[in-house]
Amino acid sequence: MDKMEYRIITENLNVYYGTKHALKDVSIKIKTNHVTAMIGPSGCGKSTYLRSLNRMNDLIESFRPEGKVLFDGIDIYDKNIDVVSLRKKVGMIFQKSNPFPKTIYENVVYGPRLYGINKRNELDIIVEKSLKQAALWDEVKDELHKSALALSGGQQQRLCIARALAVEPEVLLMDEPASALDPIATSKIEELIFELKELYTIAIVTHNMQQAARVSDYTAFFYMGELIEFGETVGIFTKPGKKQTEDYITGRFG
Amino acid sequence: MHIHLHREIGTLKKKISIMGGKVEDSLQKSIRALTTNDVALAEKVIAADREIDHFEIEIEEECLKILALHQPVAVDLRFVVAILKINNDLERIADLATNIAERAIDIRRCHPIHIPKELEEMATKVQAMLKDCIDALINLNELLAQDILTRDKEIDELHKQMYGFVEEGIRKDTERIGCYINLLSISRQLERIGDQVTNIAEDVVYLESGQIIRHNISGA
Repeated sequence: MDKMEYRIITENLNVYYGTKHALKDVSIKIKTNHVTAMIGPSGCGKSTYLRSLNRMNDLIESFRPEGKVLFDGIDIYDKNIDVVSLRKKVGMIFQKSNPFPKTIYENVVYGPRLYGINKRNELDIIVEKSLKQAALWDEVKDELHKSALALSGGQQQRLCIARALAVEPEVLLMDEPASALDPIATSKIEELIFELKELYTIAIVTHNMQQAARVSDYTAFFYMGELIEFGETVGIFTKPGKKQTEDYITGRFG
Repeated sequence: MHIHLHREIGTLKKKISIMGGKVEDSLQKSIRALTTNDVALAEKVIAADREIDHFEIEIEEECLKILALHQPVAVDLRFVVAILKINNDLERIADLATNIAERAIDIRRCHPIHIPKELEEMATKVQAMLKDCIDALINLNELLAQDILTRDKEIDELHKQMYGFVEEGIRKDTERIGCYINLLSISRQLERIGDQVTNIAEDVVYLESGQIIRHNISGA
């Protein structure tokens, strides 16, 4: 596989929901095998931005993008793009864990089955590998055929990560992946993010500023649909370049 | 939550300003004790040092509490970290002022001795540096802090001149060797205070600009 320096590049990305101008000229380069965090107050456009990266916003009728979202150099909003295969490469983890009401095993193999893998031994390998990558294997290896809904919240979220990994994506988009979890489950997810970036490129939206500071290499600060500042996380959290960024992260906003 | 943090930072700022005032006071008194041969005043400086030590610990604990409970970032983080270091430097300056007070008591035994104008000039300059430095810290005045950095050379130069003065004194006036050694020691304390003030000024620059300018290594 080729190693592009930036897996995803957005160029002057504008997003409209009907007449609402939700994202204004956002240009960001998301570095391969690094974690990029999006921060900003509610309604600033960070989730819209994240969801534009695998065309999740297509589901919203009034959604209209302008500008470019390049995934490995190819514009994902091009007519010829197969959205299903795009979402296979760019997986997504949501705020609320949403396992299917099936067994742990069936949750993980759901995607691979859709993509035509049916041999039992191949699926077994995928289940073990995905659950190991999601740091859940040791906790569930003896109960793979129990309901996923019996797992704790933190385990369910890691199962969703395993399910996303099972189709071998290149990018993981995470929308507040730990906001519904207790501190221990949160720290497991954060640790996992740190390990996963060796294999994947990660973009994460978080309201928890300390989490952004801990897990990410780059941070993008959004405000009212604009990208105010983008840079290395250490710089953003020790000496931000823009006053608006400083006011936001130190709580001097508004 | 941020409101709590900003209140704590406000309190910390007040405390470091009080600390600065106490240290300035000790330095000023130790020099006056020297120039006026006032033993009682010198003893006051020595006694005040314990109080400053306690206050240093109190401020340090305050900083640690803020770091642990609020995990400050950006300007707040730089402020708490800078205060943690500046607090330490101020306490050292108080120790050095105490040394001056002790030397002042020793020198009185060989009274009358001529206090050279170089030493007086040094004392005046060091006091002004310390005062400006505390002002720069409280008002977050980076320009003033930068200015202080250029003034330390003058102190070093005066210390060199004092070395020459003492060397000559010892050669000519062998009976008062002890006195001359004490004078040199005081000059040395002042020179070190100049260095500590420089450290504080560097931290004020960091606090305002985010740039670590120590050791002439440019960070960015």
